[in-house]
Amino acid sequence: MNLRDALPRPGGALGLVLPALLLLLLACAAPAMGADPNAEIATAVPSADADTWRQVKDGESFIDTRHDSTYSLINQSGESWRQWRNKWVSPFGLIAVGGMLAMITIFYLIVGRSRLDEPRTGRKLLRWSVLSRALHWTLATLFIILALTGLNILYGKFVFKPVFGDAFWAAMISGTKFLHNYIGPFFGLLLIFVLLRFLKHNWIKAHDIEWFKQGGGMVGDKHPDAGFANGGEKAWFWLLATAGMVVFVSGLVLDFPNFDQSRDTMQWANIIHAVGALALTAVSFGHIYIGTLGTEGALEGMTTGYVDESWAKQHHNLWYEEVKDQAEAPADVEATDDTKPESPSPS
Amino acid sequence: MAQMKFMCDAERCIECNGCVTACKNANEVEWGIQRRRVVTLNDGEPSEVSISVACMHCDDAPCMAVCPTDCFYKTDDGIVLHDKDLCIGCGYCLYACPFGAPQFPQQDAFGERGKMDKCTFCAGGPADSPEEEYEKYGANRIAEGKLPLCAEMCSTKALLAGDAQTVADIFRERVVRRGHKDGAWSDIGNGSPSAIDAMAYDATRNQ
Repeated sequence: MNLRDALPRPGGALGLVLPALLLLLLACAAPAMGADPNAEIATAVPSADADTWRQVKDGESFIDTRHDSTYSLINQSGESWRQWRNKWVSPFGLIAVGGMLAMITIFYLIVGRSRLDEPRTGRKLLRWSVLSRALHWTLATLFIILALTGLNILYGKFVFKPVFGDAFWAAMISGTKFLHNYIGPFFGLLLIFVLLRFLKHNWIKAHDIEWFKQGGGMVGDKHPDAGFANGGEKAWFWLLATAGMVVFVSGLVLDFPNFDQSRDTMQWANIIHAVGALALTAVSFGHIYIGTLGTEGALEGMTTGYVDESWAKQHHNLWYEEVKDQAEAPADVEATDDTKPESPSPS
Repeated sequence: MAQMKFMCDAERCIECNGCVTACKNANEVEWGIQRRRVVTLNDGEPSEVSISVACMHCDDAPCMAVCPTDCFYKTDDGIVLHDKDLCIGCGYCLYACPFGAPQFPQQDAFGERGKMDKCTFCAGGPADSPEEEYEKYGANRIAEGKLPLCAEMCSTKALLAGDAQTVADIFRERVVRRGHKDGAWSDIGNGSPSAIDAMAYDATRNQ
């Protein structure tokens, strides 16, 4: 049926007009009657249905008006990252760090300080050269700054913001981020240097396994064999060589977002960085305790460079056997401290 | 109190980018920052569909939960705002945000992020003076009793902004008019994903 057929023709009587009006009515209904459902379906646009949103989630074939956007419309991993960080890393990191502090405190209260079995002989052995000590304390200072600022980034908002108010907190947290981001790379580079320098002392030997079996002699009177570095020191070395490097590299991923690394990469880097750094922070408490309060005569090795003969015999017997003829009387130590050329064994 | 929400009706969005332009103009955001974006799927194909996205002002906002400086807050109207004085540009909000809303001007050395910027639902932000507020966060149209300019200027009214209840009512009416068999009501109630997908039913289209 055609629209032209329905047009009223000129002239004619009323008898002609009525059928014409009827035809006109039919003509109005014509498009609906003439519609071909199949043809319409073939050209119709599908609706934004379940498949559309599945596509959105998968980030398939889309364009974005934002000039530098590399992000899919829906960030699916964001919520997982949030849960990992807030439900696991944050609370368990606090448990690890706080638990370590608590364990050390309890250990100190029950077992107490590891004292020298024999009185000091007064004769000293050079253990750490000036350069080694300088490297150690620089690394230690940077580590402590990074640990404190890192803890502040994770937990500070629960403490300092409510206590000191927004103005103080704003300055504190921006300073925290500045220090953390700028010191991090230097710490990492220095760490590589220190690890290479101390590597020769830290190869694992059979007696180190025995050292661990005896718990390092921390409790009781026994003193397992130890070379220049004991089992515990080697464990700390290798922890820094592995976890420390992972924290360094993951930190770089977070620190320099201008290399087009994806958001997912940065989420992973953040979780790895936080877990590694919290573990290192917790273990560092053990290192700090043993090196200072926990062991009589240990700290002076890293401050003056020299340790007492009795201390060396007790804690590093194998090293002592190697270097005992190099022991110096107190007067020599005073005269040569810091100027003495490095002997082969100390680092 | 109202619960402010955006909603983009993908059936209506024609990818004109009027919302993007309106937002830029209303808020005078920094160079390189675009608070609202239009994403188009299957561009140029018959199945092409577009949607306008910005901060969705989540009820349980992930950015708020992960921010190390706690700079986010929610207004009484359910709008998620942030204090740029507290922001340190760590990027965590971007890691967590489902919609890629937070953006950072890269002005500093080594790609260090500047202070985060995102859609404020045209509600400004914390500042001491209106001038400072405009400078930092853009327009505060909510304070003037107006809705976000992006939605106000949407030519097809695909982008809706306002109280969640009102927005939902408008959308439900559209779904009904598109021929949803249960009046867009009973099916939604059982909460199954397939029932919610049925919201997109359009009798004039190829299903």
